[in-house]
Amino acid sequence: MIRTEEMLLNVGPQHPSTHGVFRLVVKIDGEIITEATPVIGYLHRGTEKLAENLQYTQIIPYTDRMDYLSAMTNNYVICHAVETMMGIQVPERADFLRVMAMELGRIASHLVAWGTYILDLGATSPFIYAFRDREMIINMLNELSGARLTFNYMRVGGVKWDAPEGWVDGVKEFIPYMREQIKGYHDLVSGNEIFLDRVKGVGVYSKEDAISYSLSGPNLRSTGVKWDLRKDEPYSIYDRFDFNVVTKETGDCLARYHVRLEEIEESLKILEQACEQFPAEGEILAKVPKIIKAPKGEAYVRIEAPRGEIGCYISSDGKKEPYRLKFRRPSFYNLQILPKLLIGENIANLVAILGAVDIVLGEVDG
Amino acid sequence: MSGEKDLDQLKREAAEKAKAAALAKRQAKAAGESQGAPKQEDKPSEQALNQDEKPAQTAQPAGTPAEDGADLAKKKAAAAAKAKAAALAKKKREGILEDEAPAPVEAAEETPVAAETSDGDDLAKKKAAAVAKAKAAAAAKRKAMELAAGTTPAEETPAPEAPAEVEASDDGDDLAKKKAAAVAKAKAAAAAKRKAMELAGGEAPAEDTAGATDETSAKAAAAAKAKAAAAAKAKAAAAAKAKAAGTGDADTAAAGDDEKAKAKAAAVAKAKAAAAAKAKAAGAAKGGDVSPGDTADQPSPNQPFLEKYRKVIEENLGSDVLEDSYINKLSKDVPTLVAKKDTYFKVAQFLKYNELLGFDYLSELHGTDFVTHMEVYVHLFSYKNRQSVALKVKIDRDEPTIESLQPIWAGANWPECEAYDLLGIKFTGHPNLHRILLGEDWVGHPLRKDYEPYDVEV
Repeated sequence: MIRTEEMLLNVGPQHPSTHGVFRLVVKIDGEIITEATPVIGYLHRGTEKLAENLQYTQIIPYTDRMDYLSAMTNNYVICHAVETMMGIQVPERADFLRVMAMELGRIASHLVAWGTYILDLGATSPFIYAFRDREMIINMLNELSGARLTFNYMRVGGVKWDAPEGWVDGVKEFIPYMREQIKGYHDLVSGNEIFLDRVKGVGVYSKEDAISYSLSGPNLRSTGVKWDLRKDEPYSIYDRFDFNVVTKETGDCLARYHVRLEEIEESLKILEQACEQFPAEGEILAKVPKIIKAPKGEAYVRIEAPRGEIGCYISSDGKKEPYRLKFRRPSFYNLQILPKLLIGENIANLVAILGAVDIVLGEVDG
Repeated sequence: MSGEKDLDQLKREAAEKAKAAALAKRQAKAAGESQGAPKQEDKPSEQALNQDEKPAQTAQPAGTPAEDGADLAKKKAAAAAKAKAAALAKKKREGILEDEAPAPVEAAEETPVAAETSDGDDLAKKKAAAVAKAKAAAAAKRKAMELAAGTTPAEETPAPEAPAEVEASDDGDDLAKKKAAAVAKAKAAAAAKRKAMELAGGEAPAEDTAGATDETSAKAAAAAKAKAAAAAKAKAAAAAKAKAAGTGDADTAAAGDDEKAKAKAAAVAKAKAAAAAKAKAAGAAKGGDVSPGDTADQPSPNQPFLEKYRKVIEENLGSDVLEDSYINKLSKDVPTLVAKKDTYFKVAQFLKYNELLGFDYLSELHGTDFVTHMEVYVHLFSYKNRQSVALKVKIDRDEPTIESLQPIWAGANWPECEAYDLLGIKFTGHPNLHRILLGEDWVGHPLRKDYEPYDVEV
């Protein structure tokens, strides 16, 4: 007779499938998980505390380091919060540059999510393809901002640098290329039987659970909630573009996989339209005071980052530093549902479920 | 400046025809205002005619100097840009976001006012400080308000006459800057004093003597500040001074006593417009330092929602569960409810489960240490009604305890742990309240304003 007993298994904090320094203490009975306790905070740098002694422009580089896979949206959210408070109108060209940078960032982020997810499930080569294509985006963003990951590109009132000569053409050329690549991705992975067995019907949660657990982004849309802040609470110039909000109904890992891949295509649509409408010239920075002081009061804004809803709360007492700054980090919220999903699952599914949540630990820990 | 103009033009091109109606309306209003002060109107209009002939005649002149004003403001008065921005933001809130065409009008209406206002405000601030020393603070504040609100409408209330002043003040400003620098160098406090007298006399003639002397002392303080700053970085003080002086100069240069009287008379005649502008100016003045964006005269598009929430809550939970409720204009007009400490959970529960409200999604929860008290801020959203609401509760700082929302929204779990970890707010009824980010052995709560890092070796 086989004797089984409860076992405590420690996953992480140094484990490749946790995508960073994330620790998961799981109790397993045989191969079945009976309890899972996430332990986070290894990457906590106290951004919010530091920000209380920094001027608004000085905070922007810190946001690069939260979700370092899509730093552009993080840059945007703090600028957007301050602009909302001060009522600054961003010049059109700057808005276009911002949107294009953010959408390129979204594609890059989803490419990492896709590549590493497949890598977690055991296939190595898709990861290489994803990073090859991501590299092209990184190069474009590098041309724009001078940095590959920590862009520090946006400013309150606009952007720091104008697009270099021919940059928009480069983006234009990239769009059809990327569309072709996505077809290749589907050929490579989406129909693969082993892959489907690992993800189909795994890690399912309902629409109600998703909402109750404050999930957002692809994690929410995979359950059929048609909600995208770019579409439903348009900020910047997103209301000028025609794109779809991708939803899937099943709420499993496969649904999240497809939502991300299809969102790449939607982002390409936005990029295509943005390239067409891109104003030939114009200011890239609104007229803002040298010392930015948000008016006294508080504001909370939220925008759609690749991982969900990123929010920024500023409480200002009229000084040049925020009195209190708080980021709503989507990965932090999205990860909450993990213990619930893991209970009763096979230990082998742990990685599949965690990978599909698509977290960035810099963001989880703030 | 030209760049922005280009942008405006581009935007104007982009603006749809339908929005021209709004522009026309605005023009009509502006024209009505401008009749009161035709003399000042002349000056900017020549400039205006160059770029834009017929339709935007009032709009454009107002717009061009406004840009100057904005530039000036950028250089010297941050608040001006802020106010201009506030105007734009207001537009945004009004839902006229797309029609940028009339935006310059609004901006013009507000920027110069704000530029001035910020002066008044600066002055008022200094004055308030001075008075606080000598007199009761309350009286000073009232006076400061009087000054801020009083000078603004009298001198630059309506859009058309404002540009002239700003234009003039641009020149006057350079002069004033030099003057201010000279003053700082020579440390001629006496000159500053004289100027202050002049200014006090020129700018706020209605002021009583006490006010004037206060201002003088404030001026002296400013001079001292300029002196001190000149040693290291005279910028701020000098700018403030230049600004103040600029106002004075502008007064003498652009609007002599006659003209000013006229302007004042016009202001009186245009009681209606003036009242509106005053409110706006007051809003802008407050906006600089107190609470901006409180353009209370403009009902928010979310006002009906706030009314609805308030009504439903009052009908079901009684009239005394909410401490306060208002529209937070700074935060995209989100209806904000402030619950009492003992009704917080009840209100939250009601917000989620009431059929009319149905706030099923917790977007954000965090705490803030306001030194006098702690505050928990919750941003909720209803996917059914596509509406947001902010729920706040003030709690005692010495014993920060509040019910947990985790039983209502599972998503409140970690955010509450975070608030506990970083601020020490205890959430009762939370299933697993622990120090989620810093670890259990951490001493203190870093986001408290009196936090001192703990070091075993010290």
